[in-house]
Amino acid sequence: MMRTAWLLLSMLAALAACERRDTAVIIGSKSFTESVILGEVLRGLAQDAGLPARHQQALGGTRLLFNALANGEIDAYVEYTGTLGSEIFAQQRPQSQRDLEDLLAARGIVLAGPVGFQNNYALGMRAIDANRLGIGRISDLARHPDLRLRFGNEFMDRADGWPGLQAAYGLPQRDVRGVEHDLAYRSLAAGDADLTDLYTTDAEIDYYGLRALEDDRGFFPRYEAVLLYRADLAQRNPGAVAALRRIVGVVDESEMARLNAAVKIDGRSESAVAATFLAETMGLRTTLRTEGRIERLFRHTREHLLLVTLSLSVAIVVALPLGILAARQPRAGQYLLGLVGVGQTIPALALLVFMVPLVGIGAGPALVALFIYSLLPIVRNTHAGLTGIPPALLESADALGLPRGARLRRVELPLAAPTILAGIKTAAVINVGGATLGALVGAGGYGQPILTGIRLDDTALILEGAVPAALLAVGAQWLFERAEGYLLPAGLRAKRIQDPAHPL
Amino acid sequence: MFRLDDVSKSYDGLVAIEHLSLTIAAGRTTVLIGPSGCGKSTLLRMLLGLVSPDSGTVSVDGAILDAANVASVRLRAGYVIQQGGLFPHLTARQNVCLMANHLRWPPERTAARLAELAALTHFSADRLDRYPGELSGGQNQRVGLMRALMLDPEVLLLDEPLGALDPMIRFELQEELRALFAQLKRTVVLVTHDLAEAAYLGDTIVLMRRGRLVQQGHLAQMLEAPADEFVTRFVRAQRSHLGSAGAS
Repeated sequence: MMRTAWLLLSMLAALAACERRDTAVIIGSKSFTESVILGEVLRGLAQDAGLPARHQQALGGTRLLFNALANGEIDAYVEYTGTLGSEIFAQQRPQSQRDLEDLLAARGIVLAGPVGFQNNYALGMRAIDANRLGIGRISDLARHPDLRLRFGNEFMDRADGWPGLQAAYGLPQRDVRGVEHDLAYRSLAAGDADLTDLYTTDAEIDYYGLRALEDDRGFFPRYEAVLLYRADLAQRNPGAVAALRRIVGVVDESEMARLNAAVKIDGRSESAVAATFLAETMGLRTTLRTEGRIERLFRHTREHLLLVTLSLSVAIVVALPLGILAARQPRAGQYLLGLVGVGQTIPALALLVFMVPLVGIGAGPALVALFIYSLLPIVRNTHAGLTGIPPALLESADALGLPRGARLRRVELPLAAPTILAGIKTAAVINVGGATLGALVGAGGYGQPILTGIRLDDTALILEGAVPAALLAVGAQWLFERAEGYLLPAGLRAKRIQDPAHPL
Repeated sequence: MFRLDDVSKSYDGLVAIEHLSLTIAAGRTTVLIGPSGCGKSTLLRMLLGLVSPDSGTVSVDGAILDAANVASVRLRAGYVIQQGGLFPHLTARQNVCLMANHLRWPPERTAARLAELAALTHFSADRLDRYPGELSGGQNQRVGLMRALMLDPEVLLLDEPLGALDPMIRFELQEELRALFAQLKRTVVLVTHDLAEAAYLGDTIVLMRRGRLVQQGHLAQMLEAPADEFVTRFVRAQRSHLGSAGAS
């Protein structure tokens, strides 16, 4: 049994690692539309040079992307200078682009050059409100302490975001909350919020009739979009560097806002928008990988099922012996149950982010996280099932002369089976829901359309992930209940039937 | 067959057996009797190594029972407890044949032995594939008996085998057990709290109180020469009120 566990664990590790074995150029992007479009442009450029290229879309925030690049999970992505200076290299405080290039070079990363536009942070509110309240500059906000501020999560936490801004301007507002950035726009439009952080190339500024407030104390750094790639890419794949570098200087601010609008307002896909851009400005003909709704649903289902079944199978193989051990050794058992209990309390997001440096991006961290979450219900129920067997039955087995192993196999496990199966069912249902978070680290699955749907304000897309995920959870529940009928010993299902004609 | 030398056992400071010495003869039926908590079940379980004494020794055929020989002693003994101790996930047949299957008996041998036992215990063969939950208390007790006898043990240990049955079935099974013991000619150790049952089934009665042996012998000896006042009280308490009820 332990051998099977190791086999499955090494399969997990191999699966996590295999994504990096091929020679394709791997592009990354952050989880906002502009980054995804630029990622698609980079992929198109690599493809035009005849190179196999993949794009890990909307992987996450700055830290995750930068670490993925530094660790070689991805080869290139578009970053912003202000973010690098204040977020990644906050301690080193680079004063010039030259400083920044040196710091990056020390990490094996090349700053290829500016893409051609700036996307600065700004604060924005509805233009009508701004006029009504007479707010034109950020310092004007000090006179309105009751405003409701809704910022993107990243802006809430970053040193160059709300904490720094609040200190620099002495802002008094108390109703300040972090939300998914696209939701911030929507609550602003709905009148549920007064102020949010903007990116100056955001399509929503025009669309929602917002006004960007003047940064009169010059707090926000300049966010110049730049191409970053791994220094070793030049040796591994010299053609790729030349191909990717073609993005330098080709997208200006109005162009970027137009591309953002094409996705966010007109509802076109990032791939299509990037392909059109490449065709119009560079005359490139890239093959657009179009995927129908059904095809996409199948892919997400496949990814989701793989995440759930693989993590659950490994968890069963590992958790069953642990549960048996916990039942056999009461003292060690308490520690063991405590330990898997702690595993359960780690927030899913934190666990995923922890895992990225260890097992990289993609299915790996999601599988490990789901595996850890599945352990508790199975270990606990195995333990409970085994310790709940009436002592008289165990004594009967001993008195018959059954050795410990045979007693476990022939008596204890069958008697504990209903409880163990219930634990596996719980783990499966938790897993189906938890696997949607895997999309945050590029594992795919039903979380992918949900995340993209939130980003693009596309309810149909959100439902495309949420509905199958819910159905899968219900289906898993149903399947396990059916399985109980086949797997449980019949004697444990039978009701006590008295036969009055034959009392003996 | 069994010999206990100055055996003591306590659970969390509660004395179950105290300095008890006893010899149990082979080929005879010995009944352990006494009020609840007198240690009679603990003593029975000691004979199989299910409970090990805190001090003193248990020997089987002259060999002291220890971790090395406990497995072989258990295979030479059959054990029946109240309500059979049957495994609810196995049918009557699977319960009875569990050990034979574990020891990889040839199927023909297992089937033949099962048929023999069903006849011996008056268990109808068409109920062999029912689960304990689908059988009555008396039927389950017969299955428990078959399971204990499957490997043709030298010793049969029974812990209140009829304790949970209603009086009529109990009476019937007492008769069957007596016939069975006579037929088998094995060493039998039986625990009960019912003196009539003890006298009816046993060759020797061992009366216990608070973990100690009070008197050993026939019922007649206990009536004529009680070892102490407790024996008299115990015997009197167990005698039926029917006599006085009929007289009035």
